[in-house]
Amino acid sequence: MKLAVCLKRVPDTTTKIVIAADGKSIDESGVKFVPNPYDEFALEEALKLKEAAGAGETVVYSVGSDAAQETIRTALAMGIDRGVLLQSPGSPDGLETAKALAAELKAGGFDLILFGKMAVDDYQHQVGVMTAELLGLPCITSVAHLTVAGGRVEAEREIEGGVEVSTCSLPAVITCEKGLNTPRLPSLKGIMAAKKKPLEVKPVTLGGGTLTTLSLELPPERKAGKIVGEGPDAVPELVRLLRTEAKVI
Amino acid sequence: MKEAMSAILAVTEQRDGSLRKVSLEIVTAARALADAMGGTVDALVLSDGPVAGVEALARLGADQVLTATHAQFRLYHPDGYAATIAALTGSHAVVLLSATATGRDLAPRVAAKAGVGCATDVTAMGWESGKLVVTRPVYAGKALQKVRLDATPAIVSLRPNTIQPTEKPKSGSAASVTVPSFETRVTVKAIKAPAQAALDVTEAPIVVSGGRGLKDPSNFQLLEGLAAAFGNAAVGASRAVVDAGWRDHGAQVGQTGKTVSPGLYIAVGISGAIQHLAGMRTAKVIVAINKDKDAPIFKVADYGIVGDLFEVVPVLTEQIRKLRSEG
Repeated sequence: MKLAVCLKRVPDTTTKIVIAADGKSIDESGVKFVPNPYDEFALEEALKLKEAAGAGETVVYSVGSDAAQETIRTALAMGIDRGVLLQSPGSPDGLETAKALAAELKAGGFDLILFGKMAVDDYQHQVGVMTAELLGLPCITSVAHLTVAGGRVEAEREIEGGVEVSTCSLPAVITCEKGLNTPRLPSLKGIMAAKKKPLEVKPVTLGGGTLTTLSLELPPERKAGKIVGEGPDAVPELVRLLRTEAKVI
Repeated sequence: MKEAMSAILAVTEQRDGSLRKVSLEIVTAARALADAMGGTVDALVLSDGPVAGVEALARLGADQVLTATHAQFRLYHPDGYAATIAALTGSHAVVLLSATATGRDLAPRVAAKAGVGCATDVTAMGWESGKLVVTRPVYAGKALQKVRLDATPAIVSLRPNTIQPTEKPKSGSAASVTVPSFETRVTVKAIKAPAQAALDVTEAPIVVSGGRGLKDPSNFQLLEGLAAAFGNAAVGASRAVVDAGWRDHGAQVGQTGKTVSPGLYIAVGISGAIQHLAGMRTAKVIVAINKDKDAPIFKVADYGIVGDLFEVVPVLTEQIRKLRSEG
């Protein structure tokens, strides 16, 4: 089974955001970068599927700056066979990222291409689906349970107040939701092995796209609230405030 | 042509033949955008037959209600829905969808077919020099990004609960649209309902969330009870308790979970890690109940009670129940 995983390098979720001098991006100094947490579910699923198939190849792709090599190495340390960095400063338009990935993946002969359902930095929820559209492949998004058998995929995705059960045939694109699996941690042996695994760097030029980032700002601070009181005795006052001051109940 | 290109397509959603609440929000948002530029609103209904509640679309400001009826449109049909909307993008300046499970899946499909980018999970929109400019929370709400959509159509998904449905009656004349032929690559077989019908944290007007302070998964009964007393509340959870397996990940609020914007968010036994605050800071009113008076959650809470949640929550539940029964 041949599996591809698309991976993004993102700031750790505990990062305190500082806006850069350009007013359009974050100040990256001192920021710890990690593999996008949803992409880790995709990596783990690819590894599991290859193990279950008993043979095949797993390849990780990332569109990003040179620094994403480190992120790719993390995936290789988990057990992915090889990596490809599509070297580019990136674009705010997900379609441009999808075009670069689709061009690269097109001739790959993959049975399954896995993405995280979204990246925790730009929250776009779109590159995986767009890549599938460009490749003319079926795509099921936000998958929390996946079965691959007999050339078909059965997937469960969480929707508001229920679970949607979808099927499609291979080859296909899946975007992964939390709950799909528990990503393994790289072992020491894996980390050593990753240093010797192939990592190809291919410079790409993304199109300008149709979205322009005008500004990035910190959200307005919530004004400091008040401590209504201590213990259950404070409840009547809380309820009164919620009714008469906040008017939410 | 000019007139046609100032039309806004509002893509509604139905489940089991009934219009979903997000559909009212999307038509209200479309109406506001149309009024700001002298345009019209076409509300699109995709289904396999009549949909209950569509009469509301005219009241909320739809000039036209377009129905796309197809035998395979009872449930969400990714390829069929996308093909139907793609056929309408040429005659609409803006396509608005909801950032729901369906809309998040659908908007990028439509955008890829139209060859344009799309702005997802938007919380505010307006026109600047004839172009649509939107605000999107990024880094889970730790920053707000302003984005201009330079191409036509501008494809946008709007986060649920960010706009209050408002009546603005228009004619809502009915028209049917032809569903183009499409290749079915993905088939949605069924929707499995959860064991208990429950509101989703992203859509509920009130969210009651619990964290490690609850000490044991069984103690979430306390929060279920409080949510039931409200009658319109969902139960959320912090990452810590989801990772510990106490609650389903679908209930997780935070940067690696869901981002919620309810009218009222009650954080119970949640200290308020930065990644949790990111997921709920856009709630209109935040209440925190925590025994640690120095917990970071109190820094964002409008109202706090310092105390033992096992003493406070039952009293709160009782008072809410009494209030609700008085109507």
